[in-house]
Amino acid sequence: MKIIDIYEFDNLINKLKEKGYTTVGPTIQNGAIVYSEIDSSSDLPVGFTDTQKPGFYRLEKTAQNAFFNYVVGPQSWKKFLYPSIQKLFTAYYKNNKLEIEKPDQPKTQYAFIGVRACEINSIEIQDRVFFGGEYQNSNYKALRKNSLIIAVNCSKAEANCFCTSMGTGPEVKSGYDILLTEIINEKEHYFLIETGSEKGEEIVNELNSREANESELNKKNQVIQKTISQIKKHLDTENLKDILLKSLESPLWDEVAKRCLACGNCTMVCPTCFCMTVEDYTDLLKTRAERIQKWDSCFTLEYSYIHGGSVRVSIGSRYRQWLTHKLASWHEQFGTSGCVGCGRCITWCPVGIDITEEATKIKKVSQYQTTSMEET
Amino acid sequence: MESLEKVLIQHPFVEGLPSEHIHLIVGCAKNVVFEPGKYLFKENEEANSFYIIRSGKVALEIYSPDVGSIIIQTLGEGDIIGWSWMVPPYQWRFDARAVELTRVIELDGTCLRNKCEADPGLGYEIMKRLASVFEQRINAMRLQLLDLYGKK
Amino acid sequence: MQVMFPSTFKVQRFIKETHDTFTIELKSLERKNGFNFEPGQFNMIYVFGVGEIPISISGDPYKSGILVHTTRAVGTVTKEMAKLKKDDIVGIRGPFGRPWPVKEAIGNDVLLVAGGIGLAPLRPVIYHVLANREYYGRIILLYGARTPQDILYKKELEKLKSRLDIDIIVTVDRAVKNWTGNVGVVTTLIPRAPFDPLNTTAMICGPEIMMRYTIVELLKRGLPKDSIYVSMERNMKCGVGFCGHCQYGTEFVCKDGPVFTYKEIEHLFGKREL
Repeated sequence: MKIIDIYEFDNLINKLKEKGYTTVGPTIQNGAIVYSEIDSSSDLPVGFTDTQKPGFYRLEKTAQNAFFNYVVGPQSWKKFLYPSIQKLFTAYYKNNKLEIEKPDQPKTQYAFIGVRACEINSIEIQDRVFFGGEYQNSNYKALRKNSLIIAVNCSKAEANCFCTSMGTGPEVKSGYDILLTEIINEKEHYFLIETGSEKGEEIVNELNSREANESELNKKNQVIQKTISQIKKHLDTENLKDILLKSLESPLWDEVAKRCLACGNCTMVCPTCFCMTVEDYTDLLKTRAERIQKWDSCFTLEYSYIHGGSVRVSIGSRYRQWLTHKLASWHEQFGTSGCVGCGRCITWCPVGIDITEEATKIKKVSQYQTTSMEET
Repeated sequence: MESLEKVLIQHPFVEGLPSEHIHLIVGCAKNVVFEPGKYLFKENEEANSFYIIRSGKVALEIYSPDVGSIIIQTLGEGDIIGWSWMVPPYQWRFDARAVELTRVIELDGTCLRNKCEADPGLGYEIMKRLASVFEQRINAMRLQLLDLYGKK
Repeated sequence: MQVMFPSTFKVQRFIKETHDTFTIELKSLERKNGFNFEPGQFNMIYVFGVGEIPISISGDPYKSGILVHTTRAVGTVTKEMAKLKKDDIVGIRGPFGRPWPVKEAIGNDVLLVAGGIGLAPLRPVIYHVLANREYYGRIILLYGARTPQDILYKKELEKLKSRLDIDIIVTVDRAVKNWTGNVGVVTTLIPRAPFDPLNTTAMICGPEIMMRYTIVELLKRGLPKDSIYVSMERNMKCGVGFCGHCQYGTEFVCKDGPVFTYKEIEHLFGKREL
């Protein structure tokens, strides 16, 4: 493991740009930390920290100048790998000929800077959705193969984090090209830097760095242990999949529906949600048409429309669809949970509905029913 | 039990039955109240009961995913619900939902069925009465099917 | 993205089947070796500038030069399709989906129960089993239409009825004066249908309510749950498992279905708003 000083961080960004990468990382816009193109460390939310609770997100400046003293914001890297609006094709209809023009494969090489452990897991989950099966999303695959992950170990956790319950963090263990751990206190400020791939090694070798000594190596573990101790939210996932799939007719779905607005925020901020819809646009002469793909949400009424009407009319049925897909069906479909415990859905729900609470309620009711059946 | 018996003997379904048969039936009966919106039973559930509506309104429905629950008939005071308790595989083929506050006499179908097996005389009387309910319902259903007011 | 990119097909024939149902016969403009599919699969049909919808393939799998689709004109895209004429061009993506169990049915009686437009996705099965007649036992089609005027593929059914190696029984929900055939829902035909419940593969296609009641009758006759197959329908935007819309419990109707055994989806079937 090596050490780079904070000024070398900008050199890292420059090296990435030299190699043709589009460098993207956290920035502050409209009071939230979102992902955008960055040119240097001064574009980062230096010195800022966040407070997150159900339905609550605030930033404030601190006395220290840490680069990464916050957890995840409303956006995830799917913003780049799986853009919210994509053109599928342009079609031309003239003289009884239909010509369909394929757009070019996206060529951008992204360098994602500041990727958290939960986010690496969510990207890998989407990898399985988009190219783990018979059909391949070639756009996603191309962007993913050309991207670089510069990960960061979380130096704090917020109230909605539950990555430890989902086995996805807070420590970054794999799936990265370069891994940074920020060490900052009254006396010092530097980064521990490790590599996880040949591409990563190549870049780090070009940086001004030195080997970390014993006490510096220990600091990484201290950071991680501190973060783990700050995680207060837990979800007991034992048997959760089976319990949820057996609880489709529970009255609890209509209970949560009394609060849920079906606004779909949770699906927009969730790093693994992938549902989309397609739309067609024509010019007035009907000679040119475009087919666009857009993010969609299972919370909309039209989502389940078949001739006659929608299948999921009640909000309870739509909330049930989202939660059981995320925590149960995903296992059957893609071999893992769909949730990485990032807590975004809890922070950005306008009424503060907590997925861990709702899932736990269903678990408790089901266990109560089993016990009372055993008693009779 | 006594007050239940008084209510039952007033019902046309039980009318004309000898008192020992009425006693037998009362032994399988209880009063139940359903709040509006509550389901008496749902499609595919085990059909263990037989209902006589004392007051209120019940909608018989079939669920379709694209349009939701379709009401095929409503029943009210004095109507009987259900004969699936008498016919294997003893499963409901539709849903029954209380539209208003509904009071019913719920008869334990399994209990009644067993009593009919043991006493064929009672069984025959019950069957006669059920047959007349079937006849009424089927005639009504046929008329409904004719779509008499539809486009020609 | 290749999988979302249609291939162009030209309309060879447009046939009006009933007042709201039509058939289009298409020929590929790009593929040299025709269009190969298995009975039960569907295509995503793209109508220029209007949209795309999933429609089952209803032609003969052994006639790969012609792609046939029958559909009702009920929505925006199908109503545009109802205006198609010879030489118009549409986009096709497919074939997608898990097909009917024509292989699993080998050696068994084949019972097809169709309600309304549900006959269209079952027609390729009829072509397939008749082309491989010696591999199957009795072949029975029970078909329920709304009225005699709504009977699909009437001439073809009449021809099939004259064959001695297939049983075709048609019924209508409501008839008019000169109809001398059966009247009553299709489920009433099941108790007397001449198949061996222990050696039959049943394939059901039609509105969900009709499929539910048909299953009740088939179970009464003693058919095992994994010998009963249904074809499910849900909202589809992609047909390949990416848009998420067609999810039915844990299943994607587009790639885990649309054909399922009753045993596989028993725990989901008939559940509200799933």
